[in-house]
Amino acid sequence: MGVHPRAQDYPESFLPGVIPDESELTVGTKIEPGKRYGFFTDTTLCIGCKACEVACKEWNSLPADNMGLSGMSYDNTVKLSADTWRHVMFVEKVDGATGMQPFQSNWLMMSDVCKHCKNAPCLEACPTGALFRTEFDTVVVQQDICNGCGYCVPSCPFGVVELSMADGKAHKCTLCYDRLKGGLEPACAKSCPTDSILFGEVDDLVERAGKRVEELHERGVTDAYLYGAPNTPGATGGLEQLNAFFLLTDRPEVYNLPPAPTRPANRLAPGLLAGMAAMAGLTLAAAAIFSAPGEKRR
Amino acid sequence: MPQWDLANSDVILVMGSNMAENHPIAFRFVMQAKERGATVIHADPRFTRTSALCDIYAPVRAGSDIAFLGGIIRYILEKDLWFKEYALHYTNIATIIDERYQGPDELDGLFSGWDEEGKRYTYESWQYEGMTVPSSLAEHYIDTTESFNDETKRLSEGPPPQDMTLQHPNCVYQIMRRHYAGYTPEMVEKVTGCPAETFLKICEALTKNSGPDRTGAICYAVGWTHHSTGVQMIRAAAIIQALLGNVGRPGGGILALRGHTSIQGSTDIPTLYDMLPGYLPQPHAFKPHETFKDFLEMEQTPTGWWANFPKYAVSLLRAWYGDAATPENDWGFDWLPKIIGDHSQLPMTVAMRDGVIRGLFLMGQNPVVGSSNSHMVQRGLANLEWLVVRDFAETESATFWYQGHQVRNGEVRPEDIKTEVFLMPASLAGEKAGTFTNTHRLIQWHDRVVDGPGDSRSELWFVHHLAKRLKALYAESDRPQDEPLKNLTWDYSEDDVMGEPSADDVLKEINGYTWPERKQVGDYQDLKDDGSTACGCWIYSGVYPAEAHNQSRSRCPDGPDGPGTHLGWAFAWPSNRRTLVNRASADPDGKPWSERKKLMWWNAEKGHWDGHDKPDFPRTKSPDFKPDWDSQPQGMDAIGGADPYIMIADGKASLFVPSGLKDGPLPTHYEPVEAPIRNPMYKVQGNPTAKRWEHWDNPLHDPGSPDYPYALTTYRLTEHHSGGTPTRSVPTTAELQPEGFAEISYELAEELGIKNLDWVVLTTARGEIETRALLTHRLRPFHYDGRIIHQIGLPWHFGWKGYATGDIANVLTALIGDPNTSMHENKALTCNLRRGRLGKGH
Repeated sequence: MGVHPRAQDYPESFLPGVIPDESELTVGTKIEPGKRYGFFTDTTLCIGCKACEVACKEWNSLPADNMGLSGMSYDNTVKLSADTWRHVMFVEKVDGATGMQPFQSNWLMMSDVCKHCKNAPCLEACPTGALFRTEFDTVVVQQDICNGCGYCVPSCPFGVVELSMADGKAHKCTLCYDRLKGGLEPACAKSCPTDSILFGEVDDLVERAGKRVEELHERGVTDAYLYGAPNTPGATGGLEQLNAFFLLTDRPEVYNLPPAPTRPANRLAPGLLAGMAAMAGLTLAAAAIFSAPGEKRR
Repeated sequence: MPQWDLANSDVILVMGSNMAENHPIAFRFVMQAKERGATVIHADPRFTRTSALCDIYAPVRAGSDIAFLGGIIRYILEKDLWFKEYALHYTNIATIIDERYQGPDELDGLFSGWDEEGKRYTYESWQYEGMTVPSSLAEHYIDTTESFNDETKRLSEGPPPQDMTLQHPNCVYQIMRRHYAGYTPEMVEKVTGCPAETFLKICEALTKNSGPDRTGAICYAVGWTHHSTGVQMIRAAAIIQALLGNVGRPGGGILALRGHTSIQGSTDIPTLYDMLPGYLPQPHAFKPHETFKDFLEMEQTPTGWWANFPKYAVSLLRAWYGDAATPENDWGFDWLPKIIGDHSQLPMTVAMRDGVIRGLFLMGQNPVVGSSNSHMVQRGLANLEWLVVRDFAETESATFWYQGHQVRNGEVRPEDIKTEVFLMPASLAGEKAGTFTNTHRLIQWHDRVVDGPGDSRSELWFVHHLAKRLKALYAESDRPQDEPLKNLTWDYSEDDVMGEPSADDVLKEINGYTWPERKQVGDYQDLKDDGSTACGCWIYSGVYPAEAHNQSRSRCPDGPDGPGTHLGWAFAWPSNRRTLVNRASADPDGKPWSERKKLMWWNAEKGHWDGHDKPDFPRTKSPDFKPDWDSQPQGMDAIGGADPYIMIADGKASLFVPSGLKDGPLPTHYEPVEAPIRNPMYKVQGNPTAKRWEHWDNPLHDPGSPDYPYALTTYRLTEHHSGGTPTRSVPTTAELQPEGFAEISYELAEELGIKNLDWVVLTTARGEIETRALLTHRLRPFHYDGRIIHQIGLPWHFGWKGYATGDIANVLTALIGDPNTSMHENKALTCNLRRGRLGKGH
């Protein structure tokens, strides 16, 4: 994106306050309630600088939660958690590499985040309404309502949600709900120096991502594909679409992503039917068992 | 070149830099260039995050860079792929060199003029035939003699001797062809370990993407400067770029990536011992600098822009000494301290240890972690009378006296250390106002947005009040040695109840004003040598050109259809020029080389230079201007209209450097002082002029020593900042790289029985450290002469303070210096490695 014409309205280093609709200047998107927002994370542009992780923790006042050398390349964060809402993973593929391709090669780096699923299993599992869908079509936990039941944790097919050891409640990425309300793009996207993380309206992002895949194919990166856009891996099993989706160049498992995630609710109907059938069977059996002696008694 | 101009490059070579990791924001523009189809190349001993984003990765053994770059120079010359119109006119390729000159190709590694006893060169045989050429001002060195000055005056008598047919055996072209004849692709492969095939692919990419219609850039950082041949590595890059016509043009140039937000500013208004602000030389006690007149005569370059040097020197003295500076007292020249030798960091460390230096201020610096030979640094600190540490957390350098190595190993007890340590809390950037000067000379203002916690104060506050108190202490003194302090102007206003001095006032003084009216000057061309102007740093003139106009505050980018030079965004010195030498973006006749690479052009109708940038050339000097040699022209009158390099005495890029470099006029491959092998190219092993401080606590390893068989390279990580204080003491960055480690190849690990995350001990003659092993295929062994040479990589951020801790890598490093800059050689050393841990008290 070039320089936005509105940037010229602010000709001094000193600003009187927050720039209205700042996201229009920084990413070309005006944030309005009722529209659908998300992330397109293009791993081929990621340099693994972890600015997203730091910006996220700084903006959201999240504590450090893992102070140890993992031995897994430069990934010492290891996973998304209650206190880590962006996680840059590193996979070394230098051994046996046969050459370089345009953009990221032989050392995969990918900034993972909550997918803000279109059909969000965590939200569906939440019995209290603490998890809700915002006016920006993102999924947010309200800790003042959350009772810490933890149903959302196993229901997330990506292992994103976690209960905090500090307050026992569920925590995860909010897609910077507070920033969106103030007209600012999320902290991680704003801090990304190479625009590997793009924030915007989901439909726009999907369109741009599709073009990017085509362009990469033309330039010889034939492995490039989308994960989480409609009708792609990741958008399976009733999830339909991930508002935060990815461009990958290796199998999902290499990035620690499920190849075909599913929505637990999909299993609800068969589960319920199976349960009901079992109940019915048990009832019949019980009836048979309890009725038989009576008959005998009779 | 501006960082954003990298987006206009057609090829980018990143070498001597891990750009994506250590300059991620600047790397944004590399990615933009890639999007537009540029080829990006990374040559480095390690496969890093930068390598992962490149089109071509070339593994090179640490310290073999000149062999690699020399190979590129040979390729360009032998295949005749240089940009002839550019290089023939804009460089000294056709200039004829003294007939006594001999190169390393004839003298097996040495240049003519070698003085074996003094371990130094004399420069007579490196000069242009029949004339002595001084280097640009700040590069004058003590080795120059009095007669040198008289000789340089001959530059005004006529143009340097040239053979435009390039047939003369001693023209620079022929000398370079002979010099680099041995740097064949096979030799490059042998010396650097980079496969010849990869090397040739890089040569093709560079040459294919240079010329009238295309440009390339080279980005380097401390991966080049931290060598005993660091200056010559950069010189080799400069030769490549000058030959390919990649200087002064959009998307062309050499980007010296700076390691800190304002490290460019700290050389412009220097923390360096041998320069005054604006690259003026510091007076030297052993040079003929007795009077101001001597100083000016000695240091003034007769031809080129530097002939204006007296204006800048007088204006500086006026700024510093105000009305006390008069023509009668040489503008207070005698009050400037004179240097007597090399007072840079490495010899300063020795001087502390030997009790020569008795007090030290550390402002935002943590030398126990960040300086070579940490044990010697700690001994030095322990031998001071007083030490002031200004930082925002207690650093290793502030705690050496109770937690340091010598205390832990019983060499010294805290109660026996006499150093009085003062720890003063420092404000961070957002807690104070001022400017940063970034990599491309862009001076950007930042406001104070929040007060610092507790008693923390800005550097400005500290220095301001220290100066005021010192001046008060000496106010009544009548001793002559106290005159400099008494006469120093110090009238900055104070902004608030805390007495914070006005950074605005300081920037106004740096910009300069008339004297005594104090009316801001608009540009350095307004400065005078008669005392009627005062200026703190001539190159910054124009940053504050009027009373209410601080240009460094300006934030006006070009719109979507603008030229993209963003002249309204802050201020780039000098005179807001974004690209230096931009006269070279036009051909000798003043026309752009091509429409695609258009930047500046001569407007014949209006009689001045036009373009998207401010011209880095006299605005009205016509391309066909020829110096009138009969009139013995001085200064810019001796520079022709087609000579873009106005800071050089002959207006041409120096492929061959006649003076200013201590280790030779052309880059030559020498092995690092500590190398795992003998020099495959010459009998001379290492840089013969390299500085070595061989003391009992700074022993150096012999080349190929079996006791230290592995190559060791030290480096930084994205997650930490230099000495680590700003990041290791902040949880959100500390957790990202929470502990020290050494990167070891699987091949070496297998040989030594080391598993991932095992404890290992690294040893040099300076000391030993323990750390964790991080096994990786990104570091690979090199094969040389049937031998395997293993490389070990060691990040150097860690220390004992903060959340992220680890042993100090600089315990292993040595005091070895580049002869020109005294910069250490921590990028290429040797060491030993074993599995295990150190005992207590290490």
